Amino acid sequence: MTQQQMKPHEPGAEPPQGGRDPLGGSGAVFGGRGVVIARETASQTAGPYVHIGLAPQQAGFDIFEHNFGSVLTNERTQGERIRIEGRVFDGIGTVLKDVLIEIWQANAAGRYAHPADRQPGKAEDPEFRGWGRSCTDFDTGVYTFDTIKPGVVTGRNGRFMAPHINVWVVARGINLGLNTRLYFSDEAEANAKDAVLNLIEWEARRATLVAQRSPGTTGVPVYRFDIRLQGDGETVFFDI
Amino acid sequence: MALEENTVKNAPAPDAEYLMRDTTSHPPALTPAYKTSVLRSPRLAPISLQQSLSEVTAPVFRAEEFGPLDHDLILNAAKDGLPIGERIVVHGYVHDQLGRPVPNALVEVWQANASGRYRHKKDQYIGALDPNFGGCGRMLTDANGYYAYRTIRPGPYPWRNRVNDWRPAHIHYAISGSGWVQRLITQMYFEGDPLIATCPILRIVPSEEQIRGLIALQDPSAFVQLDSRAYRFDIVLRGQRATLFENAVQGVPA
Repeated sequence: MTQQQMKPHEPGAEPPQGGRDPLGGSGAVFGGRGVVIARETASQTAGPYVHIGLAPQQAGFDIFEHNFGSVLTNERTQGERIRIEGRVFDGIGTVLKDVLIEIWQANAAGRYAHPADRQPGKAEDPEFRGWGRSCTDFDTGVYTFDTIKPGVVTGRNGRFMAPHINVWVVARGINLGLNTRLYFSDEAEANAKDAVLNLIEWEARRATLVAQRSPGTTGVPVYRFDIRLQGDGETVFFDI
Repeated sequence: MALEENTVKNAPAPDAEYLMRDTTSHPPALTPAYKTSVLRSPRLAPISLQQSLSEVTAPVFRAEEFGPLDHDLILNAAKDGLPIGERIVVHGYVHDQLGRPVPNALVEVWQANASGRYRHKKDQYIGALDPNFGGCGRMLTDANGYYAYRTIRPGPYPWRNRVNDWRPAHIHYAISGSGWVQRLITQMYFEGDPLIATCPILRIVPSEEQIRGLIALQDPSAFVQLDSRAYRFDIVLRGQRATLFENAVQGVPA
């Protein structure tokens, strides 16, 4: 490529052949009527040192006053306290110790803390953002979240969705972040009606998305959610 | 029939769905040239979902969660002096595939220091740590989708893929936009770096155009005189799509 082709363009300028589009991405023109839909910036692996940027305390240093972490609740958050914990396995069953997981969920009433959620009759909870991140432990490979059990969110076109948590997995060796969902073992009736679980035509695979509830040792129920990236029992991932 | 009669209560806001992800914009999951992907890549096809509120919403961040030096990597870990290396500003816009700015997006960056060494307990590279450099920063985009931070230009470093593989100098990015489907992790490279041509992690990106989109260009218009050079790096997230009339179709399963 030449220097000329690599110069950025002002909006409205004609992109050179093979060069950048006016939106600044490496664009593509679709639709045949001049509607420009730029390509999404290419994904790259999070790499082995993802902790520096997203969980610096785990990398071994303290830099930010306020850290994003794995505890989603405070004492005023409404809802049933739960702990989620699990491990992530590669294609030969190795426990991975360099994975970062994020979760995004509705509050106890089944409402997301986001302006696009306009479900009637479901109150916002100002004490719950519904988002957290956790890294698998360098020694044990276990990740944990302390959160609340979400309520029911109505699905697309009014379809039923069982209570669930959205899960995003990145790590060294993962080229594009993996999306999955966590469902709850004590919601078998709701899970059986869930619009998304029922899309998975291989019934046996649905179980990979169901976290198993146990009483726990601290009075807070624990849901076990292991993720298998490849091979036997491979977790269902979604193209969203 | 009026559109409103057919609008299903509780459906996602019709203005808030995102374009289907074009997977040809990204490296595939299994890329043997990047060896670590071999055992960490799903073998089964992902299940395609139409979006619900779960996919079109995302966490909202507030300015008060960020400290005044969070986006200043030159100062945010400095102890008894300034970090060593080339001072640079990195700036750009986050917009969606249709050119709309993505305001209030969380942009998090991390990188090695000028020696190519990460401040991380697992990094064993012989390159020296810099006592005055941390290597992480974060910020929110403004109303125009604009972000800027200053830092030290990172150094390249060797890694054990093949025994003489070197990563080009790069800065890692994690971006959280207005919808969960926009979540993206990527890496920014520097114009003119000869290691770009051979890096396995970069060569698995499926087109030269997409690789070019990851290369920041030197931007003299933003140089700080007698202080720092500048690089421009724009980011494109998934676009919001038009969903006109969709809810008017009755009897069609979700």
